[in-house]
Amino acid sequence: MLRTWRQRITFSDVVVWAIGLAIAFMVVYGTIATLRLGKYSPETWLDLVITGLALGGIYALIALGYTLVYGILRMINFAHSEVFMSGPFTAAFLADALVKTGIWDRYPLFSLALVLLLAAVVSATIAFLLERIAYRPLRTAPRLVPLITAIGASFFLQYAFRGLYGSGLKGFPTLDVLEGYWSLGTIQVLKTQVVVIFGALAMMLILFGIVQYTKFGKAMRSVSEDKETAALMGIDVDRTISVTFIMGGVSAGVAGILYVILFPVAHFFMGFIPGIKAFTAAVLGGIGNVPGAFMGGLLLGVLESVGPSLFLDGMGIPAPYQLKDVIAFVILVFILIFRPSGILGERMAQAKA
Amino acid sequence: MKKDTSAVWKQAIRTGLIGGSIVLLLALVGIIGTFKGRDIISGWISMGQILFLAPIFLFAYNAARRAEAPSKVGTILVGAISGLMSTSIAAILYLLGQIINLRAMFANASPDLYTMLTFGQGPLLGVIILLLAGVLIGAAGAGVLLLPSRIRKALSQAAIWAILLGLLRELLMVVISRWGVVAYLIRWIFAQNGLAPHGAIVVFLIIGAATYWSAGRKRVAINNLPPQQKKKRLVITLVVSGVVLLVLPLVLGIFFSEILDTVGLYILMGLGLNIVVGFAGLLDLGYVAFYAIGAYTVGVLTSPELGLFHLNYWQAMPFAVVVAVLAGVILGLPVLKMRGDYLAIVTLGFGEIIRILALSDWLKPWLGGSQGIQQIAHPWLWGLELKNQTQLYYMILVGIAIAGFIAWRLKDSRLGRSWMAVREDEDVAQAMGINLVATKLLAFAAGAFFAGLSGTIFATKLTAAYPHSFSLFVSINALSLIIIGGMGSIPGVVVGSLVLMGSPELLREFAEYRYLVYGALLVVMMLIKPEGLWPEARRRLELHEAEELAPGTAAQPAPNNAGQ
Repeated sequence: MLRTWRQRITFSDVVVWAIGLAIAFMVVYGTIATLRLGKYSPETWLDLVITGLALGGIYALIALGYTLVYGILRMINFAHSEVFMSGPFTAAFLADALVKTGIWDRYPLFSLALVLLLAAVVSATIAFLLERIAYRPLRTAPRLVPLITAIGASFFLQYAFRGLYGSGLKGFPTLDVLEGYWSLGTIQVLKTQVVVIFGALAMMLILFGIVQYTKFGKAMRSVSEDKETAALMGIDVDRTISVTFIMGGVSAGVAGILYVILFPVAHFFMGFIPGIKAFTAAVLGGIGNVPGAFMGGLLLGVLESVGPSLFLDGMGIPAPYQLKDVIAFVILVFILIFRPSGILGERMAQAKA
Repeated sequence: MKKDTSAVWKQAIRTGLIGGSIVLLLALVGIIGTFKGRDIISGWISMGQILFLAPIFLFAYNAARRAEAPSKVGTILVGAISGLMSTSIAAILYLLGQIINLRAMFANASPDLYTMLTFGQGPLLGVIILLLAGVLIGAAGAGVLLLPSRIRKALSQAAIWAILLGLLRELLMVVISRWGVVAYLIRWIFAQNGLAPHGAIVVFLIIGAATYWSAGRKRVAINNLPPQQKKKRLVITLVVSGVVLLVLPLVLGIFFSEILDTVGLYILMGLGLNIVVGFAGLLDLGYVAFYAIGAYTVGVLTSPELGLFHLNYWQAMPFAVVVAVLAGVILGLPVLKMRGDYLAIVTLGFGEIIRILALSDWLKPWLGGSQGIQQIAHPWLWGLELKNQTQLYYMILVGIAIAGFIAWRLKDSRLGRSWMAVREDEDVAQAMGINLVATKLLAFAAGAFFAGLSGTIFATKLTAAYPHSFSLFVSINALSLIIIGGMGSIPGVVVGSLVLMGSPELLREFAEYRYLVYGALLVVMMLIKPEGLWPEARRRLELHEAEELAPGTAAQPAPNNAGQ
């Protein structure tokens, strides 16, 4: 019994577990140390959690794009971060024009809807073209090939938008209606954060409904099960895949507008970090799984927002906020080692394409 | 095979529209405007105009080739229609720009661009000329198709050489200023800006005639020669290229040595990444981490500024390489079981972690934070401090020679074959008795070794290590160059580095658009020539076999970023 057990465990497993346990120990130790210091009040923690939820909602919407595409094509759409960037970057110009004509603050709901629509349309168009030009011809190619195209397309799009709209930061106008706080008893919550959380939630429910309860959603799920059989059942596979990309694009575009409501600047490189975070969120929740993407997004947002203060501050690390991206990456590596299937997913990270 | 006529016209219109969209993109992204000031033939044609017209020409050529029209008139007509479609998109852009202010959104929709689109004429005449030019250029593109292939080859070679010479005029002038009599001859073909018109004619005649002549000769492939001759040729090539490489910096001067150094460091890195990605098929996007670890270790060990250690470069270098290799193994362990895309994103995360850590205040006492590490030692060799670009060039050359030799010997070794087996199919490889853990770890270690070495030289060349030098873009550069050179091919790494790293250094205007072009090149390359510029023989066979199995995959019209 012991012998078979010893044979099954290899040296690399031991090292991996050692790394994992070391990180886990650091997290626990840091948390206890921070809590004992008592540097932060409960209000601060709540504040951090709400900030995290708002950010997490955005990650969840982007993660949805990764998850849908992964579910159907078994590939990671690296250029999805640029799909996310293209929408708000373009919509920023429309917002500017609306501000100039005075419509922006007079009809805030209408302007917001207009901006959301444009961002969703642009992002969806980019996603559609991406699939059509860069991925579709390579569907039968060796697995490394579409991955490389995706990376190439990502850089091409980034720098194409840099060339088109300029390399500077493009300010996104703020809405007067969303300035300031809403008070809930003793706690105050930024209005923008509330709007973002509920916006993300609503969008998520809509998309979940489409995937789960419509005829198209059924087609999508069957294509992701088995393309050949789906085709035999009369489902237009190419069209289904295109629409999947468009759905991912719409959700990324909406996420982009929510993102610039929180952080009111758009630029050509804005997609990179949220893109990786959202990917992490998708993996965290179980890639290929729609509710998983939502949970993963929220969880990652909260961890990232609370993490630097909670885990690192207690260890006496100066300026822990600088390391918040490291937390996300470490979480990613951690999940892929210990639970590659994510919280809600089936085992996919190790499966073959 | 005779095609349906209406399908032919539709195809021509579609191809033309795609060409026009590419021109539109080039114009709005600003590439055409950037190269407007660069004359190729002084006073006649600028690089901007070439970039504007070349896609139209090439797409018309393509349309005509695909149409397979039975008559000459038909072919020309197809080309003309394709060209007309392309320029009509440009005309729409122009007209739109006259009505609304596009510049509020598109930074490059400048009046200069509009002037160029209409050839400096007024709105009405300009648009007519623009459309007419489209027809003519399209027809010319189709007309080229009707020429015998020898002449076609000669023309295209001559055009490429003329463009290159025109673009690189300034740099050539600097180089030839040392050459005495030859300099006068060469200077004669150039004008103040680009080639002189008579120079262009001379270049066309010489290159055209040479290509025409050589295309007519019968070539014997090296592989078909008897072994004795094959060996002789190989030795001659090696000796000649060795001598050329040794005298290169002396002939070209300090500016080119700097460029060669950059290219060389990337060759070194590329050789390593080629093992990881090309041989073993493990897509590593965090390759820069090992480069950074190499550079930082040398910095920490030698810099008196931090005062932690006081080693010299030669003492520090082995440590740095060992640390990089260890980091490679440590990264390798957790990702052993992951497949392609997961691996890519985890390694990307790893690269970012290293950069963020180097940048953080937390590790500032050891790594210098955002200011980095200064005063890194130069290497000393027999009482000589290797510090200028030429001296470092030789050092890099030795490094490349060693690394290249190692990579070459590894490729056909037992280990190399295991790597390729793992690349093709992990499960089958394991069933064949290959130890996956050891094989993959060795690939990561070998890759990290070369990157670490390259990093140490980089640090000592700059005498500093800044966190900003180790961004994701280094990984992307390295990845692009091995893919464009040809995955798994060692000469491909050299070709890829020369093309990708050399061209932005030579052409400053181009540097602004390098990642745009790299990205487009990666996509286009994967679509039409996935085996790379200098492919590995086995890979080429594989990919073409796949193409035969799935016809039509390669025939998709690819967005072509013509020119550079």
